[in-house]
Amino acid sequence: MYRYILNRLLLSIPTLIGAAALVFILMRLIPGDICMVRLGGSGGSVSASALANCHAQLGLERSLPLQFLDFIVGFASGDFGISMWSGKPVIQEIATRIPVSLEIAILATLVAVAIAIPLGTISALKQNSWLDHIVRTVAIAGIATPSFWLGIMSILIVLDVSHVLFGAPWMPPIDYVPLWEDPLHNLSIVILPAITIGYRYSAVTMRMTRSAMLEVLREDYIRTARAKGLLEQLIVNRHALKNAMLPVVTLVGIEFAFLIGGLVVTEQVFNLNGIGRLFVLAVQNQDYTLTQALVMLTVAIFVVTNLVVDVLYAWLDPRIRFG
Amino acid sequence: MTYMIPADAPPSLDGHKENTFATLHATAPFYSTLISINPDNPSSSTDFVCDLCTEMPKPTDDGKTYTFKIRKGVKFHDGTPLTAADVAASWQRIVHPPKGVSSAREAYMIMVDTVTSPDPETVVFKLKFVTGAFLPALADPFAYIYKKDIVEKDPSWYEKNVLGSGPSSSRPTRPASRSRVRNPDYYHEGKPYLDGFTAIFAAKQSVRVDAIRADRAVTEFRGMPPSARDELVKELGDKVTVQTSDWNCVNLLTPNQKKKPFDDVRVRRALALAIDPWKGAPALSKIATVHTVGGLVFPGSPLAATKEELQKIVGFGTDIEKSRAEARKLLKEAGAEGLKFELTNRNVDQPYKFIATWAIDEWSKIGLKVTQRVLPTGPFYEALRGGAFEVAVEFNCQNMVNPLLDVAKVLPRSVYPENYGGYEDQKLIDLYNTMLHEPDPAKQREKMRAFETYALDTQVDTIMTPWWSRIIVHRSYMKGWKISPSHYLNLNLANVWLDK
Repeated sequence: MYRYILNRLLLSIPTLIGAAALVFILMRLIPGDICMVRLGGSGGSVSASALANCHAQLGLERSLPLQFLDFIVGFASGDFGISMWSGKPVIQEIATRIPVSLEIAILATLVAVAIAIPLGTISALKQNSWLDHIVRTVAIAGIATPSFWLGIMSILIVLDVSHVLFGAPWMPPIDYVPLWEDPLHNLSIVILPAITIGYRYSAVTMRMTRSAMLEVLREDYIRTARAKGLLEQLIVNRHALKNAMLPVVTLVGIEFAFLIGGLVVTEQVFNLNGIGRLFVLAVQNQDYTLTQALVMLTVAIFVVTNLVVDVLYAWLDPRIRFG
Repeated sequence: MTYMIPADAPPSLDGHKENTFATLHATAPFYSTLISINPDNPSSSTDFVCDLCTEMPKPTDDGKTYTFKIRKGVKFHDGTPLTAADVAASWQRIVHPPKGVSSAREAYMIMVDTVTSPDPETVVFKLKFVTGAFLPALADPFAYIYKKDIVEKDPSWYEKNVLGSGPSSSRPTRPASRSRVRNPDYYHEGKPYLDGFTAIFAAKQSVRVDAIRADRAVTEFRGMPPSARDELVKELGDKVTVQTSDWNCVNLLTPNQKKKPFDDVRVRRALALAIDPWKGAPALSKIATVHTVGGLVFPGSPLAATKEELQKIVGFGTDIEKSRAEARKLLKEAGAEGLKFELTNRNVDQPYKFIATWAIDEWSKIGLKVTQRVLPTGPFYEALRGGAFEVAVEFNCQNMVNPLLDVAKVLPRSVYPENYGGYEDQKLIDLYNTMLHEPDPAKQREKMRAFETYALDTQVDTIMTPWWSRIIVHRSYMKGWKISPSHYLNLNLANVWLDK
């Protein structure tokens, strides 16, 4: 097992180097100049000396191979450099945002799993019943509804309902406070986005749970279990659900990794200063160092998540052994 | 008081270096400036008052020397005294930045020769030439007064730190505090009225509108589109107040004269003739942040063209059918009938895309087939600077209403680096220089007309679209704040109070 994990970690090195080279080249292929965006983006006049100063400060006048070498050496030694836009260390920029994204991702995953697995299982057990139809309709609606639209709607509903009930519109606070500083304030900010994202996420997971359960319920060993008179609850919980969880765990893992950096629009709708928003800003501002670091972070998250999912496979299905 | 800033976090906190309102909206309450626009009359483009100085000086040396006396007893938020040396050092940094330091306003201070502080209470500005552009440039809201010792020791210190002498203290009461409290040592007696403020960055409009609706924020100070104003007024009635003003921002439709057939003045003239600003402005103002028809100069300025003067310029005629017939004739003469081209635009909703859609529709009425190419900010500027466009939706947005400098946008690139029209024109430069050096306001106005007519009518270097309209919706309990023609002005909040 440990050998397998070590192998997987070593195999991730070429993946990371490939991703590094790709993002380095792609960023420089985008037309534009961070200094021009920064100094002239608001419409003012930019002197040639100001522009030259900016290029020199950011090291943009150096050759591309030298810039790439700096990036790789820095990355290998854990130094992601300085954000070209803000001048702050990239690590600091990411560290400021990661708690928000992580918190939302964890909460949304909890919401999704809490909804998806029971409903998906019930839906499979009651296949083609009215209950199954309702669950499938809810799931399809969840997949079809964009999270950002749902987010905007949820805020408007809160505003309108509070207006009707209390005579004045109310909405949760919009100034983010870390969980450890003020848990109530923090939860009131993150609960709506977590539900909004969790709903879409649960819809996908619910459908996967249902189809996996349907497949497992038709297996011979389930028929055997029923034939020998085992309780239905025991069959479902111990034999069917555990085996049906393999594809669900994969899906949950991929979705969780995506949530860390992929909540671009939802973060904007709820004014959350997370990694997704930082990503878009970094690309928009042509902040090479920050974009490179964020891509590497995302790749690392996916590598680790996939590894965790693989390890979970072994726990869920003892037949799986790592060579 | 909590207010929204319609942007993502700015690149740095250094007002001397940055050009974005995001920096200013977040930091202006911490800083003093030498002079400013009158906060009680911010709509005026000529009413300047002292902030750190004791009285507005009369120029000496035939208008080339301005001597300012600095208030006594002013303190930075760390308790150290602010003297004329700090003022002079800050202005030196803006006018003649040392090596390795960027000043976003260096180009606007071309008239300044030296800034000195002969004693702790006096600052002297010596100009290279007499010009009416100096005082408005001096009232630049980004011209924060920094501490001399700090900028000399670490020129980039102010990029990440704040230390001023303005109405709000830059020293938090406790380390974790995000809100800022009032400066107890503020030198304008009785001010500021606010106990403190919190500013929240929110790039998305719906967040800001919802925050004002739910009273999580009092306002935002940039400007809202008409739809957001209508939504808030409908929901909140007299609980919100709307202030509107012409905005010192305008979109320009600039043909690239290095590309055929836009090197032909007849084609450029046809583009201008096809557009009906008099009919377009009122219609657009219902959906976009534009309002007033104007020429090169901000409509509220004494140097702006009157309606009668404007109507003599191509593209501002009142008989649109006659104009369009002439446009078709010109296109035919130039062999450009049914011309197809691309209008390069920036990926900004208000009002860029509205302006572009309107212009494309107007051009279609003379048989032109125009498509819109929308680019993010970086690639947009790359296209402009590299000349990779046919016609572009540009913009000219300035903080101070300072027409003598603002109109420099149409000067050739050899003089004004942010001109992308692809032309060189010595006559235009000469017209500009004689106007810039003219001390007499009446003669200056005449020269402005000649400059404007040459740029917009004779050469049609650019085509004006309606000037922007600034709409601020704020909770009615916020008092003491008056709208100005720029989202960069009147933001130190010293006059603001809450009636609740």
